Amino acid sequence: MNGFWRILALIRKELGAIIKDPRSRFVVVIPPLVQMIVFGYAGTFDLTHVPYVLIDQSRSRESLQFLSRLDGSGVLTRIGQVDNIQQARPLLDSRRALLIVQIPRHFQREILLGRSADLQVIADGRNSNTAALAIGYLNQIVSRFNSSIPRRPAASAPPSVSLRIRSWFNPDLLSRWQITPAIIGLITMIAVMILTAMSVAREREQGTFDQLLVTPFTPLEIMLGKVAPPILIGLAQSAAIFLIVRYWFQVPYYGSAGAIALCFVLFIIASAGLGLLVSSISSTMQQALLGSFAVVMPCALLSGLATPIANMPRAVRDITLLNPMRYDVQAVREAFLQGATVRQLWPEFIPMALIALVSLLTASWLFRHRVT
Amino acid sequence: MSARAKLAKPRRIFAMSRKEARQMLRDPSSIALGIVLPLLLILLFGYGLSLDAHHVPIAVVLEDHSPAAQSLFGAFAGSRYFRPRALYSMAAAEKLLSAGRVDGILRLRHEFSRELAAGHARLQYVTDSIDANRARLIQNYARGVIAAWLAQRALTHGWREISPVALQPQIWFNRGLNSRYFLVPGLLVLIMTLIGALMTALVVAREWERGTFEALFATPVKPGEIVISKILPYFGLGMTGFAVTVAAARLLFHVPLRGSLLVLILVAALYLLVALGMGLFISTRAKNQFIASQAALLLTFLPAMMLSGFIFDLRSMPPAVQAITYVLPARYFVALLQTLFLAGDIWSVVVPNAAVLLVMAVLLLGMTRRLTVKRLV
Amino acid sequence: MDIPASPSVVLCRAVCKSFRGKGHAAATQALDGVALTVPTGAMVALVGPDGAGKTTLIRLIMGLMPPDSGAITVLGHNIVQSPHAAESSVSYMPQKFGLYEDLTVQENLDLYADLHNVSTRERRERYPILFSMTNLGRFSDRLAGRLSGGMKQKLGLACALVQSPRLLVLDEPTVGVDPVSRRELWSILLDLVKQQSLTVLVSTPYLEEAELCGHTVVMFQGRILAEGAPQAVADYARQRTFHLATRPGVQPRRVAAAWLTNSAVVDAVPEGGQVRVVFKTPAGATATPPSVPDEPGFRGAGPDVTVFKEVQPHFADGFMVLLRQAMAPPRDLPASPGGGAPLPVSARGAAPPPPQTAAMPSAEPVVEVRDLVRRFGNFVAVDQVNFQISRGEIFGLLGPNGAGKSTTFRMLCGLLPLTSGTLRVAGHDLRHARASARQTVGYVAQKFSLYSHLSVRDNLEFFASAYGLRGRRRRQRLAWAVAEFGFSTLLASATGRIPDGFKRRLAMACALLHEPRILFLDEPTSGVDPLARREFWKRITAMADEGVTVVVTTHFMEEAEYCDRMVIMMNGRILAQGTPAAIRQLGATAAVTEPTMEDAFIHVVRRDPRRSSSQAGT
Repeated sequence: MNGFWRILALIRKELGAIIKDPRSRFVVVIPPLVQMIVFGYAGTFDLTHVPYVLIDQSRSRESLQFLSRLDGSGVLTRIGQVDNIQQARPLLDSRRALLIVQIPRHFQREILLGRSADLQVIADGRNSNTAALAIGYLNQIVSRFNSSIPRRPAASAPPSVSLRIRSWFNPDLLSRWQITPAIIGLITMIAVMILTAMSVAREREQGTFDQLLVTPFTPLEIMLGKVAPPILIGLAQSAAIFLIVRYWFQVPYYGSAGAIALCFVLFIIASAGLGLLVSSISSTMQQALLGSFAVVMPCALLSGLATPIANMPRAVRDITLLNPMRYDVQAVREAFLQGATVRQLWPEFIPMALIALVSLLTASWLFRHRVT
Repeated sequence: MSARAKLAKPRRIFAMSRKEARQMLRDPSSIALGIVLPLLLILLFGYGLSLDAHHVPIAVVLEDHSPAAQSLFGAFAGSRYFRPRALYSMAAAEKLLSAGRVDGILRLRHEFSRELAAGHARLQYVTDSIDANRARLIQNYARGVIAAWLAQRALTHGWREISPVALQPQIWFNRGLNSRYFLVPGLLVLIMTLIGALMTALVVAREWERGTFEALFATPVKPGEIVISKILPYFGLGMTGFAVTVAAARLLFHVPLRGSLLVLILVAALYLLVALGMGLFISTRAKNQFIASQAALLLTFLPAMMLSGFIFDLRSMPPAVQAITYVLPARYFVALLQTLFLAGDIWSVVVPNAAVLLVMAVLLLGMTRRLTVKRLV
Repeated sequence: MDIPASPSVVLCRAVCKSFRGKGHAAATQALDGVALTVPTGAMVALVGPDGAGKTTLIRLIMGLMPPDSGAITVLGHNIVQSPHAAESSVSYMPQKFGLYEDLTVQENLDLYADLHNVSTRERRERYPILFSMTNLGRFSDRLAGRLSGGMKQKLGLACALVQSPRLLVLDEPTVGVDPVSRRELWSILLDLVKQQSLTVLVSTPYLEEAELCGHTVVMFQGRILAEGAPQAVADYARQRTFHLATRPGVQPRRVAAAWLTNSAVVDAVPEGGQVRVVFKTPAGATATPPSVPDEPGFRGAGPDVTVFKEVQPHFADGFMVLLRQAMAPPRDLPASPGGGAPLPVSARGAAPPPPQTAAMPSAEPVVEVRDLVRRFGNFVAVDQVNFQISRGEIFGLLGPNGAGKSTTFRMLCGLLPLTSGTLRVAGHDLRHARASARQTVGYVAQKFSLYSHLSVRDNLEFFASAYGLRGRRRRQRLAWAVAEFGFSTLLASATGRIPDGFKRRLAMACALLHEPRILFLDEPTSGVDPLARREFWKRITAMADEGVTVVVTTHFMEEAEYCDRMVIMMNGRILAQGTPAAIRQLGATAAVTEPTMEDAFIHVVRRDPRRSSSQAGT
């Protein structure tokens, strides 16, 4: 029972140290919230604004009809009209326009004759993702335009196929729904790892770690006492950021409360375990900080947060199995959008729990066996 | 005495820079951060990370067993984007989709071949859109496969294509829409921020914490010499990181370099100076390693990743967030990198962006120089 | 070069400097109208307790901080107006030596040579001299961070002397350095002053070092109390300084502690088996000590003391007289700036002092060390060490830097596993003992191991919880600590912002909350001013009287006099072991008939055949 009170005292002291120091208090409260809001807006693959240059060589009723659809889409914005490609080119080069849309001279004639009019589109491919998305938008506009044109029944007309798309879990394909829930993990992992690693390193640098070892604390108690406060802070951060995602960014949450809670708990424990692991092999605060950073960085990149895991080559995909953030990103997205329950998320929860367990055990072994 | 002190300036700068370089090279954590992490990032971005989907597992529900349906299935099977799996009930397919075993369902209903014969067939396509960006790309791929299939059929049957408007897209600068071509050069912004700002954020604070400034300040060294000597070694390391990344991009990943190498080097050097200016400024202000590192992470590294246009396009951000990006040097560097690598020496991009970087470098380094006073407290 | 021919190298007039307090703390007046003259070719020592303003004065002279008011001239340059005017002719060694620990010895030297524009030709002449002077030649490729404290200090000095400065300024150059290295440093300095007519300004907390300087300046609370030749300062204690011989079997440290409580006494320390007492008022013409008021609890003048003998006052005696006079209000024990309120002797407050003769340590061994060995790779840090410590003993571990003291100490506390041998502390090996075994042990590390962000109260409460104190006992012990160490006004202050003296007390209080039976103290007095050291030893003596076993490491040889028994370590082995009297006799030679502890230490250490290899440090 004594051990319990001792751990409690250690936890209270750690929390006190963070809450009473104005700079630490600032670091755990303000940056996570600001990051969430700024990155929540920044982290989107959706194109809301596609500037284009128009070359209208037709200047007909049909071209105007087409252009009214283009400009009425709300996404494409015409920034200028020129006569030929040579004049349009500088606008694309200087990145003021993303697309050049060229309506050919015989646009009207071809359509009226029931033939096909070629619409030339040139996209700036410097960001290939943006270019692909912009062409995708344009494709949709064109096919809607096509279906609005009354077709003359022709004997030799080829059959057409219309694709009716249903997008499960994210009907409007908003990438914000995919990215903001996943960022919760990134932000809390950075905070939890750095807090854990730094709190041990600070005790080492200030010499208080020896003092702790001489008191009746057992190494296990010290570890628990060191890990618990960052976990509590991480949970509070997760909860706050969750509310921002849910109510500020209006991402729907369909899962059970238990699912997201358990997900946060397991992921944060795993992050604290990794932080402890880093701190057990570093002797200064600088090493602890850079070490945490060197862990968080690949974890974030290999989590599926920005680029899908499915697109990675096999070997890299296998490496991601060791990455707790991979499971967190997956579980959080499923809980938010797919309405997953605890039962459905075991495939994500079990690896996270294993990573937490292994990192904590390894760290405690290293603590015991490290020769100072 | 004063004349002698002035004459010997280069020697003091050399001595101080040599000291700084030795400290840098002897600290394992700076090697890890300056060399190992960049290499890891290059390999990850080059081989591991991609926005381009391929071999996407989808379920094709063949409620119709007609030859037309089989032929469409064959078109999906032949595409490098898809790995279709034939199923015969929608319920089974939906189960697979829920379990995440397939990323989409293409449903060919009983009446598919009948509708097709009548001139217009309706297909149903369901995607798992938890990853919306990927879902959107996959949907576009699916449209492409179907369009190609239709065109092929029209050709074999001698039908004439009559969609009133046919989109003829052309992609300049990156014909194959290879995302590696923009991710790998963009990586330079991360690596140079890492070396320029994150590493140097600690070097001045460290001298304050270790008390070495007190002895240094009592020597005839000038504040400007202290600043220059802190810049030179990290400038060298940063340019090494630059060379390694460019070489890897060209040789390993065959990223085209359409602009001139000289302009690229000059622009990179300019950005590195800005990053060094930020790091040293933060370090000089903070005088404390913990605070300096937090500030550097928040003010330099995370913005370089999220707010530079490196991964996420700036055009899609709300105006308030876009306004923030104008203060950050990373956005100008990313614009320069993507242009120089993929488009060429386009002066209308190079000149204004480089000018902004130049102004930032002068301002930051100037402020750092002003803040460096040989006084304690 | 338009330096006026001035006889004084440094001239300070009416210099004031105050520091703004952080938060709502009041501003502190670090320097209050200081006037100082350092004549050409002189060696001037700045002495004073912690917080007297020594370091601030040095930094102002170096142009590293601007004064609030007053004039400072260095080598004819007005430092207030142009702070860096004199820097090419002045060399400075700050407290932390200013070395880059990740550069080698040679690289550090080269760096400072380059910064001071020393030409290649000058270097060729100068390097061999510096290397032979400091014995650093063999270690030129070693990283400065791997040098021992004494070697670092010499390298710091070499870096300062790489040019030929006209003024050399050293800020506490010998803190944390063992006596052998300290002697070597001083002999280098004295040679330099003699041969090169160098002017030296040095601050030090070691009073006996001040005696080596031609001119001393005693500072206290930002003011100069006195200055002059060391003898002039010593003269303040003339006719007031006496040796008291104690009855056989009565430990001098107990008598000294008792005498310190008396209001007529300025200072009392054990010395050479006797007690050195300095009285507030001078003796009469008969050379007998002044009468001592009979105060409650004071039994020092009783039967334990046999003989009084007037002795020549030292610098330290005069210093103590000056300080006590300067302190207002004059109380029996001072509120030193680093110290605070006066302290009662007993650790239990009202408990009567124990009988002075009955407190001989019992024979029951509390600490047993047999064949203790500790290796780091090929390096043997501790080599076959044996000793036993009995209950209630004060046991000293002495030795130069790198002798293996700290390694032994860390193994005793269970912080470091041993390679071989056996080790028992209260019947346990603390490294593997259950939590309850550590309940009997208190540990005060060399650095104050306190949580600087937390308040004083939080620190106390945390350690109370760590030792499992609860309920009434917890309240009692916390109240005891607050009263005993005078924390009542500081409870809410952040620990990082209280004066060093209080930090030291707080570290001590935290280690004593659970009333440990064994107390480990690692260099508890390093860099501590004489006043605080007296206070510290008084407390330790009282605790030993109550049966607490105390194990202590120290660099101060005179502090060995407080120990019941001690060992001198070197190269991981024990060179000498015994009572202070027995050890002292090892220093006896034909020339030195009454050896001091320091004589004995240096004698024992120099006799060791492997001494030369110890230069490597750890």
